Amino acid sequence: MSPDVLAELTALEEADGFVRRHIGASAAEIAAMLSAIGAASLDDVAAKTVPGSIRSNQAMVLPPAIDEAGVLAELRGLADQNVVKKSLIGLGYHGTITPPVILRNVLENPGWYTAYTPYQAEIAQGRLEALVNFQTMICELTGMEIANASLLDEATAAAEAMAMAHALSKSKSDVIAIATDVHPQTRAVLATRAWPLGITLVDFAPGDTTAIAATAPFAVLLQYPGSTGALRDLTAEIAAAHAAKALALVSADPLSLALLTPPGQMGADVVVGSAQRFGVPMGFGGPHAGFMATRDSFKRSMPGRLVGVSVDTAGHPAMRLALQTREQHIRREKATSNICTAQVLLAVIAGFYAVWHGPTGLTRIARRVSLQARLLADCATRAGLRVRHDAFFDTILIETPDADALIARAVEAGFNLRRVDAGAVGIALDETLTRADLEALASVLGAKLSGTRGGVPDALVRRGAFLAQSVFSEHHAEHEMLRYLKRLEDKDVALNRSMIPLGSCTMKLNATAEMIPITWPEFASLHPFAPADQTRGIVTLIHRLEDWLKAVTGFAAVSLQPNAGSQGEYAGLLAIRAYQAARGQGHRDVCLIPSSAHGTNPASAAMAGLRVVVVACDKDGNVDLADLRAKVAQNADSLAALMVTYPSTHGVFEGAIRDICAAVHAVGGQVYMDGANMNAQLGLTSPALIGADVCHLNLHKTFCIPHGGGGPGVGPIGVAAHLAPHLPNHPLRDDAGPATGFGPVSAAPFGSALILPISYAYIRMMGADGLTRATEVAILNANYIAHRLRDHYPILYSGPGGMVAHECIIDCRHFQAEAGVMVEDIAKRLQDYGYHAPTMSWPVAGTLMIEPTESESKAEIDRFCEAMIAIRAEIAAVAAGTLDREDNPLKNAPHTAREVMAETWPHAYPRAQAAFPLPWVAAAKYWPPVKRVDNVYGDRNLICTCAPLEAYAQAAE
Amino acid sequence: MAAKSTDKRFTKDHEWLVLDGDIVTVGITDHAQEQLGDIVFIELPEPEREVTAAEACAVVESVKAASDVYAPLSGRIAEINETIVEDPSIVNNDAEGEGWFFKMELENLADFEALMDQDAYDEYLESL
Repeated sequence: MSPDVLAELTALEEADGFVRRHIGASAAEIAAMLSAIGAASLDDVAAKTVPGSIRSNQAMVLPPAIDEAGVLAELRGLADQNVVKKSLIGLGYHGTITPPVILRNVLENPGWYTAYTPYQAEIAQGRLEALVNFQTMICELTGMEIANASLLDEATAAAEAMAMAHALSKSKSDVIAIATDVHPQTRAVLATRAWPLGITLVDFAPGDTTAIAATAPFAVLLQYPGSTGALRDLTAEIAAAHAAKALALVSADPLSLALLTPPGQMGADVVVGSAQRFGVPMGFGGPHAGFMATRDSFKRSMPGRLVGVSVDTAGHPAMRLALQTREQHIRREKATSNICTAQVLLAVIAGFYAVWHGPTGLTRIARRVSLQARLLADCATRAGLRVRHDAFFDTILIETPDADALIARAVEAGFNLRRVDAGAVGIALDETLTRADLEALASVLGAKLSGTRGGVPDALVRRGAFLAQSVFSEHHAEHEMLRYLKRLEDKDVALNRSMIPLGSCTMKLNATAEMIPITWPEFASLHPFAPADQTRGIVTLIHRLEDWLKAVTGFAAVSLQPNAGSQGEYAGLLAIRAYQAARGQGHRDVCLIPSSAHGTNPASAAMAGLRVVVVACDKDGNVDLADLRAKVAQNADSLAALMVTYPSTHGVFEGAIRDICAAVHAVGGQVYMDGANMNAQLGLTSPALIGADVCHLNLHKTFCIPHGGGGPGVGPIGVAAHLAPHLPNHPLRDDAGPATGFGPVSAAPFGSALILPISYAYIRMMGADGLTRATEVAILNANYIAHRLRDHYPILYSGPGGMVAHECIIDCRHFQAEAGVMVEDIAKRLQDYGYHAPTMSWPVAGTLMIEPTESESKAEIDRFCEAMIAIRAEIAAVAAGTLDREDNPLKNAPHTAREVMAETWPHAYPRAQAAFPLPWVAAAKYWPPVKRVDNVYGDRNLICTCAPLEAYAQAAE
Repeated sequence: MAAKSTDKRFTKDHEWLVLDGDIVTVGITDHAQEQLGDIVFIELPEPEREVTAAEACAVVESVKAASDVYAPLSGRIAEINETIVEDPSIVNNDAEGEGWFFKMELENLADFEALMDQDAYDEYLESL
């Protein structure tokens, strides 16, 4: 071939073809939008928006873009470097079978994984119902009264329980007593959390009630069954805790609870754990749904999102997030926790696992794994090995003269066992093990498979029925389950239906190719504590991703361990505190936070033991420089850090950012940059360039991990060189962080490792140019929306050139006086058009913040703008008196099919206007399943489990 | 709303106090309930508790906000209004009447006089 043919072939191969598939607007659409906003080119957009003083003049150093097929081949190569054994290591991670009907229709289904957090309750009834299933399941299994809709993992759930107990306990103690058979990673995460809060950890031997009394703690943490597998009645220890005015916290294995007396019946005050083994792949450590259940009287102190049942304005049952005033976005530094994004997708899957199996199926699985353990215990005994405990559920501890030899034999046979110490090995059984597996394990132990009953003592066997709610018995035939999943999915708006223009949330494309590898067994079936020689592929992937994130942030080191943005904030602040402590500056405890900051910032600062001092903002939402300088001067000797979001929460690139950072550095403070708005920075500037020392990234915003309907998230932190020795690490895996690190913030060494291939694939398919172009188009799209809506709604903030960054805020406050229309009415009316509302009343009450991202086409953006303009016309009609001030499509929104097709139509405007306000709406009508949900009724009459739905409907009529 | 009274005082935290003998009745003002919106939860102090001025001693929550209610003055909690715990909407409907929070015995009666009267409070609201 001659060179010109090769060149032509290269062009046709289109190695960077994914870039144009990820970016929604075509070249022609980009040209049209540029012309509409009066910009000459994408470069021109960037130049007009990003201050020259912080513009990057170097391209990010990233590998060149490859397409979907290329990245899948590359990831396949990495997957093949992993070795999949059956991991019987336990410690809270177990093999599980994701029922195929759930795997394909939920975990692999964009209708579930691309949805947002269910703040707009009316268009989230499907996943809200799924979460009520989860809460019900947790209450039933633990024997507690109320459960939340997930925490980040078992260890952080235990840490949250510790913080909650510290606040609730009537004891003045700062000591928590921890049984020595609590999982080691849980204890390590507690130690990290305890340090800034002034809490001390004291260990005691399982069952030692005298030690509990002598310690006089504010809380006692127990593991049920113990990490060693040992099973014991916790009643005496819980009673000892209560006698000492301490709360009893129990971390429990939910599968065991299908068979065992629930901790609630033993008097536990808080029960936590991980729902991983309910159908969620181990995934090298996560993501999994952590859970927390507690007494009803403690509900206002419980962290995390809680789904409650209420009614809609027609009196029909409807669900929504309850008791939100506990949460950080309202309570800021006084919040019960900094958690926001949780693990919704994984909680949904775990709840469906219980729906699919029902109480009978769960009991069968639990009995089966328990019998497996019994059989292997018998084998070990017959082979002359001592089994340390008589009472166990599914995990046995075998004493052997040479643990390493036994483990090596097991690995050869295809199994990973837990090395407890040189003379003891743990084996945790699970539902994936076949009879052949058990025979192979028996022969590893040196005996033939046979045995007698036992394991679980009669006294600890659960009495009475559980999961009696109808949902857990109606969906055991696959057709019934398939249709139940479809029915719920269809109630919700996700990205597979329409644009979700949420400001600050960056709901961009989650490309199918990015998602495919996460269910490959070579990634999904890895235990987080599997031997290093079996996990080379995933660790290589992790280190490459770290390198790429260093390139985009300009920082020296990255930790991927934090498994949510809130965790990243917390980890970043701890890195700062550890660095200052190492320099003899540990007394620094003031955190400056602009008043415009998201509530998670002050909540994280409080958890890091910092005192929050608020810095004023000017009318444009920019940091008030004079006030900042004054607060810096007042706190010069005690200033630990400034937390700042960039571009600002108001969607503006503040020109003074370098001065702001310099002022903080001048007195010895550090600058923490919140990476929520990173989608406006990539390739144009970087956290390091603006002068920050540490930032977190939201991989579930900027780097394409789907929101999962409210989690999982991943919140890695990047740090400058001086902070690198103070990143998180992990006691069970040396290569997860620096030896000098402050300890783990998450249960797993690399956090939610299973979803890191998504961000890997995204960066690999975009390359440096593609990422930069995405940033420019994201900014263009936001400015195009501002341009289209400007004549209809005031645009609140813009930079010096009249440009907004990657999002724009429209003001709706004046409509209240003009037409009695509130911003919520506009948000609910958008549902009639099939749209999820933009971010409502944040960062400014009475406004909408719109972020289109780069992934929406001009056609979709135009449809959204047409809907907003049509709504504006309705507001004008109300103001003019053409539409009634009370009975109008805005106040009555959203409109359900049941209502629009009812025999009688009591409203003064036509049905067609209610349901089909623009021609294209009718072509693919989305029907909101309920009318506006009554938040007040729900919070006054809190119900968070599924049994009484029908009874509830009657009560409301 | 209760009629203007010379024995009624207000704090900048939007609490009202009415003096009767040496007992004051305390609640949140109509302005405060309006700002909060529909109240869904109220937590009151234990009777007999000794409180100092500005100490957080009750909690009031709507669906959009949670606020501490501060002891307006130092003293002993004498009585609490259980009916608003059972039905928080009473506070929305009659904040300065049936919706009272608690009664307290003041340490120092002179403290009461030093608080804002109705006119001063109205002026304060104007200034916000």
